[in-house]
Amino acid sequence: MGFLVRRDLRLAMRRRSEVLLPLVFFTVATSLFPLGVGPEPQTLRTIAPGVVWVCALLASLLSLGGLYGSDFADGSLEQMALSRHPLASLALSKAFVHWLLNGLPLVLVAPLIGLLFDIDRDALQMLTLTLLLGTPVLSLLGGLGAALTLGLRSAEMLLVLLILPLLIPVLIFGAGAVVAVASGLSASGHLSLLGALLLLSLLGAPFATAAALKIALD
Amino acid sequence: MTRPPGTPTSSVTATTTDAAVLHLTLRDLACSRGERLLFKHLNLQLWRGEAVWLRGPNGQGKTSLLRLVAGLSRPVAGQVDVHAARVYIGHQPAIKDDLSVLEALGFLARLHDLPAHDTALVQALDAWGLKAKRHALVRTLSQGQRRRVALARLALSPAAALWVLDEPFDALDAAGVDALLALVQTHRQSGGSLLFTSHQAVDLPACRTLDLPSGASTPSEAAT
Amino acid sequence: MSRIRWTTFAAPSRFEALAAAVTPWLWAVCLLASAVGLYLGFIEAPKDFQQGQSYRIIFIHVPAAWMSMVLYLAMATWAAIGWAWRVRLASMLARAIAPTGAMFTFVALWTGAFWGKPTWGAWWVWDARLTSELILLFLYLGYMALVEAIDDPQRGDQAGALLAVVGAINVPIIYFSVRWWNTLHQGASVGVASAPKMASIMLTAMLVMTLAFWAYAFAVVFTRTRAIAAERERGARWLAELAQDTKEA
Repeated sequence: MGFLVRRDLRLAMRRRSEVLLPLVFFTVATSLFPLGVGPEPQTLRTIAPGVVWVCALLASLLSLGGLYGSDFADGSLEQMALSRHPLASLALSKAFVHWLLNGLPLVLVAPLIGLLFDIDRDALQMLTLTLLLGTPVLSLLGGLGAALTLGLRSAEMLLVLLILPLLIPVLIFGAGAVVAVASGLSASGHLSLLGALLLLSLLGAPFATAAALKIALD
Repeated sequence: MTRPPGTPTSSVTATTTDAAVLHLTLRDLACSRGERLLFKHLNLQLWRGEAVWLRGPNGQGKTSLLRLVAGLSRPVAGQVDVHAARVYIGHQPAIKDDLSVLEALGFLARLHDLPAHDTALVQALDAWGLKAKRHALVRTLSQGQRRRVALARLALSPAAALWVLDEPFDALDAAGVDALLALVQTHRQSGGSLLFTSHQAVDLPACRTLDLPSGASTPSEAAT
Repeated sequence: MSRIRWTTFAAPSRFEALAAAVTPWLWAVCLLASAVGLYLGFIEAPKDFQQGQSYRIIFIHVPAAWMSMVLYLAMATWAAIGWAWRVRLASMLARAIAPTGAMFTFVALWTGAFWGKPTWGAWWVWDARLTSELILLFLYLGYMALVEAIDDPQRGDQAGALLAVVGAINVPIIYFSVRWWNTLHQGASVGVASAPKMASIMLTAMLVMTLAFWAYAFAVVFTRTRAIAAERERGARWLAELAQDTKEA
């Protein structure tokens, strides 16, 4: 649904400050850790993969509220459901837009954050790679959460509670890969599992999200 | 006297015997919201060229019935059978504040596989007096103008379709009401049908009514 | 004796009759089995030469953990049935199971902590099984929060079913990833999982306690389901007839 992607990107560009918010959160949140934990370089190097990954997770989740919310409120979602385009491809397009606006910027900014934590080059490369593989999963599962909590009170809080447990495997393999490389071990196991999770989400999440949207529109 | 080959016949005679005459059948339909039963045992047959005005007090399920006919929800009992193309325009105009009028209409057109090139869109907007505002952001429009943009889609829709409209006359001024009535007239003459709700009485010729929650309806002249 | 047609109990009115009849017996089984199980576990079973008396908490911890996992699967299954075949009772059962499942998870976590403290010196250790139990608790809480937040009961049932099924599919993935995480970071040493070698009496005690917990779960879930059904079918005639019967009795 290319025209949907174009429309959403166009809408996002007209509200540029809202788009930048998750990125600002990501940068600020990661920077808080040295302040809280102390500037000792070895400590920072150790906690860096986990810190970056957790903050990426939270930054991604916090930006999910508007994914379907605005379309649900003004009737656009109904029109999309009535068109000949299957809801699953709508869900995939929406997740793609979310990744373009949230996940991809995180992937691009992560190396800079890595510099703040003084991780070595190999670990930095692995961090970027795992984020590249993992952020689409965040967008796909996040879209499912957004669809489930559509139109509810305190939907954002509910969404976080629902989706975070499901994202724990991504966190474990993503951060774990970087830790492995930093200790001189191979991260191939982590990467294959991360890839498997990505594949599973690509195949399953759009259909689950479509079912959730149908439930919300019923 | 035989016609030379290639002579176009008038649309009415060409379609009378071919096309499906019955557009919509509601059979023993029931609808609930939460744990409250809104209506039950609702029956209706809607034929091409007809218009049905769905009436009833607030909260009795008018919007729910339109959404059932549109296919957005499943009924708790009974059946909805639609035998024609469907165009549903809900109470919400489904246009985004941050898009221009042209972009908003273009998205809806592309979504429903309607002609979406600029000329067609501008023509549709012109019929509703919005050509001058086509580059304005939707945010700057009044309620009545937004409703016109939403209804502009009707001008692009295929003929002989079932129009399901929720409060289409809402917020329209007298000129807008006249424009919609004229559009509906043309639509019915070319084989389309209409199911709509409206708080105010409208001057539609040969308009049937369907009342909720009783389900009583004026009989169709087409059914024999 | 005529064969019982179980499908008849799928209708809420029939279920009400079945549940009302069976529940007192379930409570009886629960109390009896608890008494026997606790006696076997805390009195009869011998002292473990490594962990002393403190290990006895596993007679509550392990059955509670088993219950928490089985109940999640049961909840997801009933919710899915209710969604797929629009069986109202199935959805109500799923909603009724959730709080009990969450409670067992909580008990498993608490007793795990009580076990860990004397054994490992810390109230909490991030071993694979305890961490997975914690995540399971989040899954339960998420389900309960979602169905509570949705006002429309039908939408709540359906959305909850979808979430429960997605959660059930994810549970093996989560468990696997947590075990992976645990072994990589801490090596094989730390684990509340290392139960003492099982004397047969210990196994018996654990199984009896599991039976007690099962009976408890059934009793509580049935009672809760009846309450949910009564609340929902408020306008339905069959419930009015039931009230009439009890008034006349």
